[in-house]
Amino acid sequence: MNVIMFYILAAVILVCSVLTVTSRKILRAATYLMFVLIATAGLYFLLQVNFLAAVQLMVYAGGIVVLIIFSVLLTSHIEHQFELAAPSKSIPAALAAIAGAAICIASILQFDFTSRLAEQTTSPDIRQFGHAFLNYGDGGYVLPFEVISILLLAAMVAAIMIAKKNKQ
Amino acid sequence: MFLYDFTELTSTIHAGLETTFGEGLLTTTIEFVIAGIVYLLFFAVFGLFAVYLERKVCAIIQNRVGPNRVGPYGLVQTIADFVKLLMKELIPINNSDRFLFNLAPFIVITATFLAIGAIPFAPGLQMLDFDIGILYVTAVSSLGVLGILLAGWSSNNKYSLIGAMRSGAQIVSYELSAGLSLMTIIVLAGTMQFSQVVAGQADLWFIFKGHIPAIIAFIIFMIAGTAETNRGPFDLAEAESELTAGFHTEYSGIKFALFYLSEYINMFIIAAIGTTVFLGGWQPFQIPGLETFNHIMWYCPPVLWFFLKAFALIIIMMWFKWTFPRLRIDQLLKLEWKYLLPINLINLILMATCVLLGWHF
Repeated sequence: MNVIMFYILAAVILVCSVLTVTSRKILRAATYLMFVLIATAGLYFLLQVNFLAAVQLMVYAGGIVVLIIFSVLLTSHIEHQFELAAPSKSIPAALAAIAGAAICIASILQFDFTSRLAEQTTSPDIRQFGHAFLNYGDGGYVLPFEVISILLLAAMVAAIMIAKKNKQ
Repeated sequence: MFLYDFTELTSTIHAGLETTFGEGLLTTTIEFVIAGIVYLLFFAVFGLFAVYLERKVCAIIQNRVGPNRVGPYGLVQTIADFVKLLMKELIPINNSDRFLFNLAPFIVITATFLAIGAIPFAPGLQMLDFDIGILYVTAVSSLGVLGILLAGWSSNNKYSLIGAMRSGAQIVSYELSAGLSLMTIIVLAGTMQFSQVVAGQADLWFIFKGHIPAIIAFIIFMIAGTAETNRGPFDLAEAESELTAGFHTEYSGIKFALFYLSEYINMFIIAAIGTTVFLGGWQPFQIPGLETFNHIMWYCPPVLWFFLKAFALIIIMMWFKWTFPRLRIDQLLKLEWKYLLPINLINLILMATCVLLGWHF
């Protein structure tokens, strides 16, 4: 069952990723991207890392895609289509993409996954995440956690400043 | 008595299927299909009843009789309406993005389907019991807004687009309040798993256990939940007087029915989460110390308790809709960002203080 689910999710991710970059309508591309992100969350559920899956759904599918669609709604017209790129641009781009994919696939195939298989451990409890985040001893993440919160705060203040600029 | 514990019923079905089809793929698939059909049936029956209930509640508030011709007390009225809706023509729209237009209602209904799976209706009657249950429900219910945004844009209609924009702004901001008010109770409960949240309320419901901060959180949750379901007084996304019908103006027939149904199912999900997190889920009303009283309360089966509480919350939400006038978009956003959010953050600290100092029951 898990294997079948994995192949279904992988197929969705692959097909929708290709459609995301080939679609000529921008909102359709955003929708395909949403499917990719949701299917990735499905993979996390399959691996039983529920917390990561829920965060993936909340931050990427529920947050970032909403933001992308929102900005498309404000800027784009429904009949707008991107033109196909000229062959002088598309052929080098395709070659570069194929070369990149070849390098990735070659290095993945060379890697020995089977010898590194670990036993399936129980999925990490949400409490462990909480304790790790606020732990200042060994293996604690309180410093990065706080630094990221300050970074986020700075980003929010900056966003408010930019939004307010015109109103003075 | 299976009404008290469904674990036996489900394990009997599971054992029966395993003896017939053997352990493995086939049994799992059949169980998936059964669970899906049960939820679909529940969606349909609940949708029909909720529409009837809404029309009756609205009628009582407006001093009318409401539906009363079809069947006793008009009970069959919504079934007749539903059949009419199914027979209606699906009008194709010129210059719309056909693919996204057809996709949007299904995204909305799928999000509600994902969310309802995690709700414990009774002991043993719950499809998914994650250790992150509450986080999961808030995450998947936020996917519904994508369907609304796509519906508004792909209709190629200015009213739809404005409705979708309003709905997006509204849902994204009210999600914060709904999440933070649930977080307040997570602090008290010490867990996000729905089964444990319910089990923690066996002696007293969390709204009484956490007294002042829990009641504040409950009120905020109900306000934010009503806003998240796009219902009045927060129904700016489909404000009839300004936007004809907002994001679903161009939809007809079964696709409109899906939007309509998902609104009611979303309302049920909010009521069910409110019930589970604040009002004890399927736990009967208990007062510590009064043994006889507690024993009498257990005569009513848990599943009935759950629906009793959920429908009480649903009726409160309907009462909201037909009592308050619709907010303007700036008032709506001001309410969230200037009042609910700061109150929520202070409330969260208050709850943490209460829990640390042991000031709860």
